This record gives sequence, structure tokens and C-alpha cells, in this order.
Amino acid sequence: MNRYPLWKYLIIAVAIVLGTVYALPNLYGEAPAVQVLPLRANLKADVALMTRVEDALKAAQINPDILSMDATSVKARFKDTDTQLKAKDVIKAALGEDYVVALNLLPRSPQWLSDLNAFPMYLGLDLRGGVHFLMQVDMKGALNKALESASGDFRTTLREKRIPYSGVSRDASLVTVKFRDADARSKGEAELTQRFGGLEFSTQEDGANYLLHARLKPTEEKRIKDTAVQQNLVTLRNRVNELGVAEPVIQQQGEDRIVVQLPGVQDTARAKDILGRTATLEVRLVDETHQVGAGSVAPFGTDMFKDRDGGYILVKKSVLLTGERISDAQPGFDSRNNEPAVHLNLDAVGARKFKIATRENVGKRMAIILFEKGKGEVVTAPVIREEIGGGRVQITGKMTTEEAKDVSLLLRSGALAAPMEIIEERTVGPSLGADNIKRGFDSTKIGFIAISIFMIAYYLMFGGISVVALTVNLLLLVALLSMLQATLTLPGMAAIALTLGMAIDSNVLINERIREELRNGVPPQGAIFSGYEHAFATILDSNITTLIAGIALFMFGSGPIRGFAVVLCLGILTSMFSSVLVSRAVVNIIYGSKARLNKVAIG
Amino acid sequence: MEFFRIKKDIPFMSYGRYTTSISLITFVLSVFFLASKGLNFGVDFTGGTVLEVHYSQTADLSKVRDNLSNIGLHDALVQNFGSSSDVLIQVPLKQNKVGAHLSEQVLSVLREQDAGVELRRVEFVGPQVGKDLVENGALALLLVSLGIVSYLWMRFEWKFGLAAIIANLHDVVIILGFFAFFQWEFSLSVLAAVLAVLGYSVNESVVVFDRIRENFRKMRKTEVHEVIDNAITRTMSRTIITHGCTQMMVTSMLFLGGETLHYFALALTIGIMFSIYSSVLVASPLLMMFGVSREDFIKPEKTEAEEVLP
Repeated sequence: MNRYPLWKYLIIAVAIVLGTVYALPNLYGEAPAVQVLPLRANLKADVALMTRVEDALKAAQINPDILSMDATSVKARFKDTDTQLKAKDVIKAALGEDYVVALNLLPRSPQWLSDLNAFPMYLGLDLRGGVHFLMQVDMKGALNKALESASGDFRTTLREKRIPYSGVSRDASLVTVKFRDADARSKGEAELTQRFGGLEFSTQEDGANYLLHARLKPTEEKRIKDTAVQQNLVTLRNRVNELGVAEPVIQQQGEDRIVVQLPGVQDTARAKDILGRTATLEVRLVDETHQVGAGSVAPFGTDMFKDRDGGYILVKKSVLLTGERISDAQPGFDSRNNEPAVHLNLDAVGARKFKIATRENVGKRMAIILFEKGKGEVVTAPVIREEIGGGRVQITGKMTTEEAKDVSLLLRSGALAAPMEIIEERTVGPSLGADNIKRGFDSTKIGFIAISIFMIAYYLMFGGISVVALTVNLLLLVALLSMLQATLTLPGMAAIALTLGMAIDSNVLINERIREELRNGVPPQGAIFSGYEHAFATILDSNITTLIAGIALFMFGSGPIRGFAVVLCLGILTSMFSSVLVSRAVVNIIYGSKARLNKVAIG
Repeated sequence: MEFFRIKKDIPFMSYGRYTTSISLITFVLSVFFLASKGLNFGVDFTGGTVLEVHYSQTADLSKVRDNLSNIGLHDALVQNFGSSSDVLIQVPLKQNKVGAHLSEQVLSVLREQDAGVELRRVEFVGPQVGKDLVENGALALLLVSLGIVSYLWMRFEWKFGLAAIIANLHDVVIILGFFAFFQWEFSLSVLAAVLAVLGYSVNESVVVFDRIRENFRKMRKTEVHEVIDNAITRTMSRTIITHGCTQMMVTSMLFLGGETLHYFALALTIGIMFSIYSSVLVASPLLMMFGVSREDFIKPEKTEAEEVLP
């Protein structure tokens, strides 16, 4: 009656062996390491790179514990954090700017475990220390800019086609072109409709004026929003590379938000500075007909901005080019006189616009303006020497190499489609992270010991069996979390403790049921059998209700809550397996083979 | 060892009137405190900045307050956190003009006072985020409730689902009532605990309901209230022991888990206590009120009508 077929024992044995192997790396912990990642596509993490790292370390007399290489990076593991920091500086000096040299943690477990893809649980930021940012992309700004640039293009188009109009104006979501007669308007409408596929047009009469309204089509609005987020994601990735972080997470969340997680980063001020440069670029013509200084008011049709030397420059309101047209900016040297220069690459639309703008304005100055948080600053204002086609632009003049590098960095990271703002920050220092691990671990340990003592005292042998089942449950849960590499947070550790506390419920149900059957005079073998049979339906029901709560938490929870929910759900699954199958298997092994069982130790 | 050797069934159902009125009173009180005092929402929900810093020796709180006043943060809440050398600084959102950059300002001011100050934790939550969290929390609560009711409906009967969810939402309101009365900080992790309690304490009702169903089948000649009394008495030992074990784990978190897990564990503790009470003394009387009967489980045999075939 109380016997399992061989295959059930085999399943349990396999689960326990696998569980042990995959839970094992957690015992070894992690060691400080340095990770080297190539920044450019043409550079690879290969043996040559590994040799360079090795040589650099050897020259500085630093011995790594392990030097290894994977598809994307070279990693070196060290004994302690001091050596790690020293090694990072040494490697960075040896490799230069083309590589990200980042601090990281590597598992200390033996190689054969890593070969089996067995790694320790992936610790969340609240346990390992680091920064979490949630950034909101300003969609209104992106849409605004699209309309602004459309209204500029309207003017050029109408002028090119010699269609008379008396004005272009713009409010929040509408561009309005004023015509003097219906004929001009219908010509204008035809021309503009053909050129601007993303806009929808409507007409209206207002006294003597014939108005043409243009607004963004819903599909176009969506496209602008999507590209804004995508472009910001790319820009953020590039900026994070500057910070040298080993395993950054940069993800879109919802429609207009981006999550940035930087494990191990302690200098939050610098991180925020680099990420938070919510800058956009505009290229405009300099107005040289007026003279201005501090305190004077910008004449109509112009804006006044500070330049990098602290002086003031007047620029025209109309925008020649926006930052999204700049696809790349690199520091370099002028091929003719070897002066430091910045090389810009424009995309196709930008190149055409720029060609026209430069042809019309040879000899004049243009200003490249960087907007940060609504405040503009002129990065550079070079003179246009000739018509520039082909989309390759070189900016020179009174620059040091250092400045050229600075400007190109500003231009590159300024190419954000829409401004962003940090709306949430969670920073955890390394010491608090270590404390959190200890607290989570200690409370689980003490709780576990207390439950074990009580169960054995109260249910004797069957209590002991329950404790075995609970231990298997913990083992499987840890193994599962390590295998999935799900992020373990402090609430996740709380969930481990809680599921253990709740999992014992199943065993209590079973044990109580067996006692009751015994008391009703059922012989031991029968009591064990019907105890398990009867309790199972109840166990299933009660676990499913908790699972429902866990799933809802996962769907609606964010960050820490989600970590809690994942562990809760996994814990319910492992506890069903261990408290029903495993404990039954142990009972069967102990009692199942005894033909005449008169008494069982259940207290 | 055995704690509960109860020979006769305890007539729980005859106490029904008293226990439901006790529940009603606690419930009304909880609602009253929720309405009058409100929850002390943490920074997760209200938005604002929280900094936790660690000094190498006992921190001088008044000096910290002065320093913060100097940079215009008069309303900053400065208090010890865990030990005398740990300080928690809370700045409400409305005072914060610089958003996420506030933490650097505060930290640099503190560094001037004592260079050895160590940053333990920063949380900045903007106004947009908090609102979303409240909405998502409410949605999660709704979804959990609906999910549980429909599951129990499927497994048992609508009367059971309804009785269980009323009993357990009553637990949730009481937990919230405690948090309102003592003005304990209501954070995201407390919300997680509340929802976990909802899923967990339904277990309790499920175990009793399972027994009730079984008894209806076995005890053919007994009154409904006797059936329920027997079910509760038979499962009582298990109820107390299970909750005792879970509570051991939670108590261990309460004392060893540090400040972050403290309120989480506290919410669980209250939830566990009240879920014992409510599943026995609220859910079952409600079930009686809804008029549960043997026929809900044992369908009276249908006499098939003779078919007339052409």
C-alpha cells in the first residue's frame, strides 16, 4: 500500500542530485574581478586581448587568480577588492579608450560547476549595491520638436514653390499656415500633403484669411514616440559605456520610461551627471547684425545664448538642423594643418538640409547649441567657409585636443531625440547590501532551525520526515533560482523564508490527518495511506490560492515586489513537490516494506 | 506531544453572533482609523527623497538638522535608524526643487561636517511614480480577490468563495487599520505582505471548507451547524500548529531582518493572527448565513423523464 514504483524514486533522486549541483555554487560565493569589454564592433575579445591584459598585469606585478575569456569579454578574478581596483587602473592605462574596463564579481566556484552552467543566484541591487534609475522620456517635447521642424519646412517648401502665404504659426498640437486666397491655399495644400505624409491637413476660413491646419497623424505620433524611446535607449547605452559598468540593465518600461540599473556603481553623482545630461542639439545661424552683451534683450526673431567662454551670442530663431540628424561625432585632426577638429556625420535628410543651408550662408557663422534642461549653451560657432555636401562636416578653430574630445562627446550624447528626467532613484551602498544579505540569511536560518526543533518534538519521526522534506524544498528553491538566474532581492529572501514557513503547512496537514486516522482505529499502514490521500486535495487548493496572489503580485508589482512574487510562486511549486512526493517517499522507504506495522512514531 | 485533544466538538456556530459582532467592531474601528488618520504612506507612494547615512561614531542629529536648514531643507525629517550612528533623512517632495540631484547636495553638506560619513542608501521617487504604484496596488488587490473567489467558486460553490473573500478582506482592512492607528510606515514591501496574507489566509478557510464538504458527505444525519462545528474542531490543531510554524519564521524576520523587513514581518504577523480568527469565526458563520446545505454538494438523484421518440 505504501510503496512507490521505482520511477518515482528515480525522479526524486534526479531532482535532488540536480538541485545539489545547481545550488552548490552559492556556497562558494563571489570574488572581485575586472571585466574588459571592447567598445567598437571591429574589436573582439580574443586571445590577443587576453595576452595584452595578462602582460599589463604582469608588468605591474599583479597576479590574477583566474584569467578567462567568453564571447564578449575578458575577465580577471582577484583575491581582494584592493588588488581589483589596482588592476582596473593598470588595465585601463594599458588598453586606452577603446575598451570598457569594469569592476565585476565572478563566482568563486570550481571550473567544472561553471562548465555545467551552474552559477550562484543573481543578486539584485539591494543585495550587491548599486544604482537603479527610472527615467521618463518627455514625449511632449519630442512631438513639439517634430511640429517645430515641420513648420520650418513648410516655409522653405512654400518659398521654393513660389506659393504666396502670409504666415506660419504654431500652437501645442497644430501648425497653421495663413493664405490670402483660396487658390494659393489649394496649391499649398496639394504641395504640402504630397511632401509631408505624416501630417493630416484641414482647411478653415477666418475672415479674409484662408487657413490651412496641419496636425500629426496618430500613426506618426506613435512612430515619433517609439523612435524617441529607442534613440534614448541607444544614447543611454553609449553613455553607460563611458561609466564602465559590467552588467548594466537598460530597458524600456511601459510606453515612455526607461530603467537603468548599474550594479556596483558607487559614484552616483557622476552616474547621474552622465546619464542625466538630458541634452538636445540645434544648429542655427548666428545673427551678426546686432551687438549684445550681458543684460541686453534679444531683438525680435533671435535668441541670446551664452557661449563656452562666458560671452553672449545672438542666434536666429529658425532651426537649420536638430541633433537627431547627427549620426556621429568624433574628435580628430584637420588633414590640412593638423589642428584639432571635430568630425560630424549627418544622416541623409540632415545632409540635404545642411547642404542647402551652407550654400545660402557662405561666410556667415552658424552656432551649435546644446540644450540642457531648457537652457541653451553655444558649444561652438564656426564660420561657414563653403557649401558642404555629403553629410560630412568638420569643425575647427581655436580648439585643443582635449576640447575637441569634449565637444564631440557633448555632440554625440546630445543627440537625444527627447529630453529625459530621472523620476526614481534607488541607491544601495555596498555595506548595506552585505548587511541585507546577512539579515535575510540569518532570519531564514533561525526560523528554519526553530521550525525543525518544533516539528521533531511534536511529531517525532514524522516531524523529522517533514524537516527532510523542508530541507529538500529549500535546496530545490535555491537551485531553481540559480538555474533561472532570476534576480534575488531582499524581499525575495523574505519570500524564501515565508514560503518555507508556509510549506510546512502541507506536512502539518498530512501528519494531523494520519494522527486522526490512527485515533479512529485505522491500522498504521492504512492511516498513512489515507492521511496522504485526504490531505492532498486540501494542499492543492490552499497552494493554488496563494499562487493566485503571487501571480497578481508579479503582474502588477514593480521592482522589489516582483522579486518577492517570483520567489513566492517558485517556492509554492517546489514545496508541493517536496512536501507531498519527497516526504511520502521517505515514509515509504521507512515504513512501506514492513508487513506488520503496529506502531508509528508520530507523537 | 499533542496540544489539542478535544473530545467533543466545540459549538463554534452558536457563538457566531458574538464573534461576528467582535469582527464588525474591529472592522468599523479599522475603517474609522483609516478614514480619520489615514495611512502613513512611505516614500514609495508619496514621492520624496530618503537618505540613509552611517557615521563612524554617534551622530549629532541637531547638527545634521542645522546643516540641512542651511541649504533650505527646513522640513527634512532627521532621525536615528536602527542604531545611534545610523541616520535617516527624509525630504518631502514639495521642498525638493532639484529632483534626483537632491541627494548629492545633502551628501556634500554632510561631508563638510564629517568627512567619514558613509552613504548607505538613497531613494528618490518622483511624483509620477507614486501614483502608478497606488493604482497598480489597488489593481493587484482586486485581481487577487477576484481570482480567489472564482477559484473557490469552481472548486466548491459561490457561497464558499464569497464567505472566504469577505473574511479575508476583513483581515486586510484590519491590517491597514493597525498601520493607520500606529502610523507605521506603509511601504511597497508592506503592500506585498498584505497581498501575500490575502493568498495565505484563504488557505485557512479552504482547509475548513474542505472539511465541511467532506463532513456533508460523511455525516448524513447531522444538522448543518454541527457539521461545521465538527469541521472546525477537527482542523483546529492543524490551524494553530501551521500558523505557529509560519509565525516562527516571521518572528525571526521581525527581529533579525533589519529595518527593511521589519514592517513587512509586522504586517504578516497581524495578518496571520487575524486570519486564524477570521477563517474560523467569520468565514464559517457567513457560510451559514448564506444558507449552505448538503444539497450544495450532494445532488439529489434526478429521475430521468421518459423520452418520447418518434
